[in-house]
Amino acid sequence: MLSGIMLIGGILVITRKNPVHSALALITVLLAQAAIYLMLYAPFVAGVQIILYAGGIMVLFLFVIMLVNIDRAAKERTFNSQWLVGIVAATALGGLFIAVYTKGNNIFPEHALSLIENDNTQKVATMLYGQYMFAFEIASLLLLVAIIGAVVMAKKRI
Amino acid sequence: MESILHITTLHYLVLGAALFLLGVIGVLTRRNVVIVLMSIELILNAVNLNLVAFSRLWGGVHGQIFAIFVITDAAAEAAVGLGILIAFFRNKETVNIDEVHLLKW
Amino acid sequence: MGHDLMGQIFQYIQSYLSSDQTPGAAGNMFWVLIYILAVFVGLSIAVIAMNWLERKILAHMQVRLGPMRVGPHGLLQPIADAIKLLLKEDIIPSEADVAIFWMAPFMVVLAAFTVFIVVPFGPTHAVTDMNIGILFMLGVSSLSVLGIVMAGWASNSHYPLIGALRSSAQMVSYEVAMGLAVVSAIVMTSLNASGTGTLSMIGIVQAQQEQGVWFIFKFFPLGLIAFFIFAVAMVAETNRAPFDLAEAESELTAGFHTEYSGFRWSLFFLAEYSAMIAVSSIAVTLWLGGWLRPFPNLLNGSTWDLIFSLFPGVTFLFLAAMCFFNVVRMPKHPFFRIQTIGLAGFGVVLGLIGLVMLVPAVRIRVQDIFWFSAKVAAFMYLYIWYRGTFPRYRFDQLMQMGWKVLLPMGLGVLILTATWPMRHELWSQVITPPWHVMLRLLRLED
Repeated sequence: MLSGIMLIGGILVITRKNPVHSALALITVLLAQAAIYLMLYAPFVAGVQIILYAGGIMVLFLFVIMLVNIDRAAKERTFNSQWLVGIVAATALGGLFIAVYTKGNNIFPEHALSLIENDNTQKVATMLYGQYMFAFEIASLLLLVAIIGAVVMAKKRI
Repeated sequence: MESILHITTLHYLVLGAALFLLGVIGVLTRRNVVIVLMSIELILNAVNLNLVAFSRLWGGVHGQIFAIFVITDAAAEAAVGLGILIAFFRNKETVNIDEVHLLKW
Repeated sequence: MGHDLMGQIFQYIQSYLSSDQTPGAAGNMFWVLIYILAVFVGLSIAVIAMNWLERKILAHMQVRLGPMRVGPHGLLQPIADAIKLLLKEDIIPSEADVAIFWMAPFMVVLAAFTVFIVVPFGPTHAVTDMNIGILFMLGVSSLSVLGIVMAGWASNSHYPLIGALRSSAQMVSYEVAMGLAVVSAIVMTSLNASGTGTLSMIGIVQAQQEQGVWFIFKFFPLGLIAFFIFAVAMVAETNRAPFDLAEAESELTAGFHTEYSGFRWSLFFLAEYSAMIAVSSIAVTLWLGGWLRPFPNLLNGSTWDLIFSLFPGVTFLFLAAMCFFNVVRMPKHPFFRIQTIGLAGFGVVLGLIGLVMLVPAVRIRVQDIFWFSAKVAAFMYLYIWYRGTFPRYRFDQLMQMGWKVLLPMGLGVLILTATWPMRHELWSQVITPPWHVMLRLLRLED
């Protein structure tokens, strides 16, 4: 059922004319994804997804939509001039996916491991600050660069 | 019927692939730049779903850590992308992606 | 047959009462639903009571009386307000985006109410105890920003739009400071024997119980500063005075909920007060010891336990006594007879609840919930006090304070809290060797 919500939400994202409706559909997809992460026994990633993606990035998108959404955009065509090529390319990609998944169906084990653990956050923290410390620092540097870049680009003439 | 009802890793992978496909269609066919950026977020989410599904299959948390990094990167990229969008909008007064042809010969 | 059914029901309740897990963790759907219903009903009653309390307390702070007409001392005023709001005409602006207009209050109420899944009223009295409890609460309360932005956009008029943008910018800014304060409290939970902290709300209160000190007093003054940062950020997060520029009547008509009337406005109102109670319960759980009674370690022993466990019953009896006192003071005019009888009846009900709470079997169960509710009620009083006392912040002063004052303070508190347990090693092995090297280089010592 959750995957149904996600797929319907995804279709709504790419087909609605009004970008605010698309943003709402994307929020639905993100929340359903957080629920699926909980089903996959990854509560920390689910929490991070809700805080960052649904609560942060989507607010950013909504702000920008409100800033640039002029009425003229609502009267234009929804799909761009190369939509046929896009659909063909996507169909080719879909065919590729289907081929991969039907051929490689039997390399996965029969049943997934079903341990219910209570310390997922602790494990993630141990790994994040232990083995992946360098990547963590680089990610913080990346965020710093992104903040400076976004501020500089959105400024008016200094 | 029993094998379909039991949710295996393949189900999550197929869902991720379907989302990825929807995101790719969105990127390739929409005119509004903001919706293209949102479709890119859909693609990144599909990748995250794959990562977390595999992390569940093989037992460690490496996939989840990678997923957290991908979410962080998506946030940074969304911020920068929207900054570019605002700068572009200030110059051209449109969010139509077909109008971005200044370098066209 | 009937006797057997009663026996089975009794045994079922007994098995619930003797479990040591929350119903969610134990997988018990029936009790989960009962808890959700109890939380919902309790929250509605709390919001109604808050409405009355706010008007009365603000009035008394401004040396006037507040609502006195509707019931005895205005006690039925919230019900009159609710009836008025329900009967009002539902106006939708003509150019508004109907789907988003309809969904915005729903989203805000959803975010405000879902938070209460993990709020711990006692060691087993939460709907469920998620492993990421505090992360979940922070995340879901950041979903209300989306609802506010949607509300402002859907109204298609510039006052709500400006109000919504300002309100959401303010909420997002103060979420950062809130998050840092919360993280510094969670760092304090990791000072136990196994060296790992926990994000679950019940685990945080149990860590305070093990370490024998409420986190507000720990590493004095770091706990206090972290609590102060959170207290300021939570008032800004819920758009209450003195940070209520986005919804104050004198500034922007009514901000993002200008165009909402009747029932939809009451949904926003409900969501705002529920969010206030939610962030107060985060503050109470993280810093003020959750359901623990005051002085859990200083005044321990069975006599002090007994005295503190009498507090719920005594509180209700005191309220009943105040009702009877006011009954005696009511004017003896025949027009006031119904009000007098109503107030006396209310006093009798409160007295009966107080007497029930003095029974030992009920006392042990209820005292956790009572202490938690008492602390949250103290926070509600603080909210109303702030509203009556402080002048409003201008928007740029607000944002400046969020980013330039609270954020560095939060970072400083976090770093100090994280390094405080090993400050001696830090001083002697990290700070002093380079210091001596530098002094040697400058020829100031041998």
